[in-house]
Amino acid sequence: MGKIQLTKVRKSFGEVDVIPGIDLTIEDGEFVVFVGPSGCGKSTLLRLIAGLEDTTSGVIDIDGKDATNLPPAKRGLAMVFQSYALYPHMTVRKNIAFPLKMAGMDQAEQDKRVARAASVLNLSSYLDRRPGQLSGGQRQRVAIGRAIVREPAAFLFDEPLSNLDAALRVGMRQEISELHQTLKTTMVYVTHDQVEAMTMADKIVVLNAGRIEQVGSPLTLYHEPRNKFVAGFIGSPRMNFIDGAEAAKHGAHTIGIRPEHITVGDGPWEGVVGLSEHLGSDSFIKVEVPGLGTLNVRGPGELGVHHGDRVKLAPAGKIHRFDAEGLAI
Amino acid sequence: MARAVSPRRMILTTLAAWTVALIIFFPVLWMILTSFKTEASAVASPPELLGASWTLENYVEVWARSDYPRFFWNSVVIAVGSTLLGLVIAIPSAWAMAFVPGKRTKDLLMWMLSTKMMPAVAVMVPIYLLFLQFGLLDTRIGLVLVLMLMNLPILIWMLYTYFKEIPAEILEAARMDGASLWNEILYVLTPMAIPGIASTMLLNIILAWNEAFWTIVLTTTKAAPLSAFIASFSAPQGLFYAKLSAASAMAILPILILGWFSQKQLVRGLTFGAVK
Repeated sequence: MGKIQLTKVRKSFGEVDVIPGIDLTIEDGEFVVFVGPSGCGKSTLLRLIAGLEDTTSGVIDIDGKDATNLPPAKRGLAMVFQSYALYPHMTVRKNIAFPLKMAGMDQAEQDKRVARAASVLNLSSYLDRRPGQLSGGQRQRVAIGRAIVREPAAFLFDEPLSNLDAALRVGMRQEISELHQTLKTTMVYVTHDQVEAMTMADKIVVLNAGRIEQVGSPLTLYHEPRNKFVAGFIGSPRMNFIDGAEAAKHGAHTIGIRPEHITVGDGPWEGVVGLSEHLGSDSFIKVEVPGLGTLNVRGPGELGVHHGDRVKLAPAGKIHRFDAEGLAI
Repeated sequence: MARAVSPRRMILTTLAAWTVALIIFFPVLWMILTSFKTEASAVASPPELLGASWTLENYVEVWARSDYPRFFWNSVVIAVGSTLLGLVIAIPSAWAMAFVPGKRTKDLLMWMLSTKMMPAVAVMVPIYLLFLQFGLLDTRIGLVLVLMLMNLPILIWMLYTYFKEIPAEILEAARMDGASLWNEILYVLTPMAIPGIASTMLLNIILAWNEAFWTIVLTTTKAAPLSAFIASFSAPQGLFYAKLSAASAMAILPILILGWFSQKQLVRGLTFGAVK
């Protein structure tokens, strides 16, 4: 069981309120991703759940028990750090077995669990190496191995993939998702990368300045963002926002249109292509439209448009409407 | 590309380095050479770098006239004892200062260091009276205590610097893994800081070994270490340079050997953290 419930959790460092007060429920077995720009408090929130930071006020329940004042080790959680935080003087085997040793588990059971974790994570042939002799991806696997042997109530991941190169990141992302399918244990994952959030999460928590902007499934956030911040943060390339007369036509202060909801060909808007990126499967172009600003457009791979071309654009698809406060109408 | 160094420049640099090294080493060299001279040759004017005749007589006489093994053993017990006791106090202190610093940690560190700037003689009378009161005069435990206290600021400062280099995330990981504070220090921090702890230990042993002020003030015979042994050869009726040199050479030899074998460790320890 790994249900985590935060009630009015607040954290301040001196005068600064990093987290002014958060209510959140993470259900047992869920994969929840905290996402937001840097400095939004997502890592602090994770560290509060882990017990590595003390809450200023509020209650953290884990499995229905008040864990607010419990030390990290007593919360039954395991954490994977951004820097892996492996013990450099221990072999992979000893690194993975460390939490079991601390729990006073007998040697035979330790060996069994280490062997099992190593085989799940393809580490069996590296057990006698030290972390310094491993690649980034292997180190990350050791860190995950150290987390899974404890059979924790929940896993906490603090930007675990940000030190890996792009190709490895995609691979590890899938491995972590598969691990979640296999273990069915609650996972709380912090990232600033919205692609990671969209691909891995059951539920995304979008944070901004220590506040929750929206909680929901990836597609809910994508299709029904509650405000401009979420609309702009989720989705790549970013949603286009248009103010003024064009917005007023739709009865809104601002309208938002996703890049894939604009077609190139014929339409009411005309502009000059600035940047054009052709990825093969897709084309991303930026079009400077007088009166509207620069619009991101996503077209098919064979869109034959290049820098300097004059094009006509038309909205085709959902138009998101926002009021003057930035809330969705 | 590596920086090109002209051969001329390299020769000059080498010569300069050797000159400085020889100037620093000269007193020790002079002492060792004198220890093999006769007393007459040792005080000859103008001074002779190499005596006319070589003799081991000084060593034989110094050995015969004093109980060298006892002084040596006292030195070992005092230097190693004060260092180990100091580490037991300094490791947790430096851990606390490095990983859970308070608002006044920096001030505390500066204050501790400032005590090293106070001349030892300023506290001689109170310490002497305290030792008298508690029956610690001329005891090894007394010297272990006083030398430990004298060098504790240096121990804590050095360890603090090494501990600061250890990423806090690794200790947090240990805490998440269920390590108690004691286990965190024992299984994670200490093994990672071994190079730093080793060089701190070596430096402290050397400092304690060479300490002369307190060892002479607080001991007479029973607990006197090698520094007091040297002093015992500067008699009021006159200096016997050759014998004094022989005694000095015998006193520094053990620590010189230790320093020689551990120089790599010492240099690594002292420059630890200078480059990432």
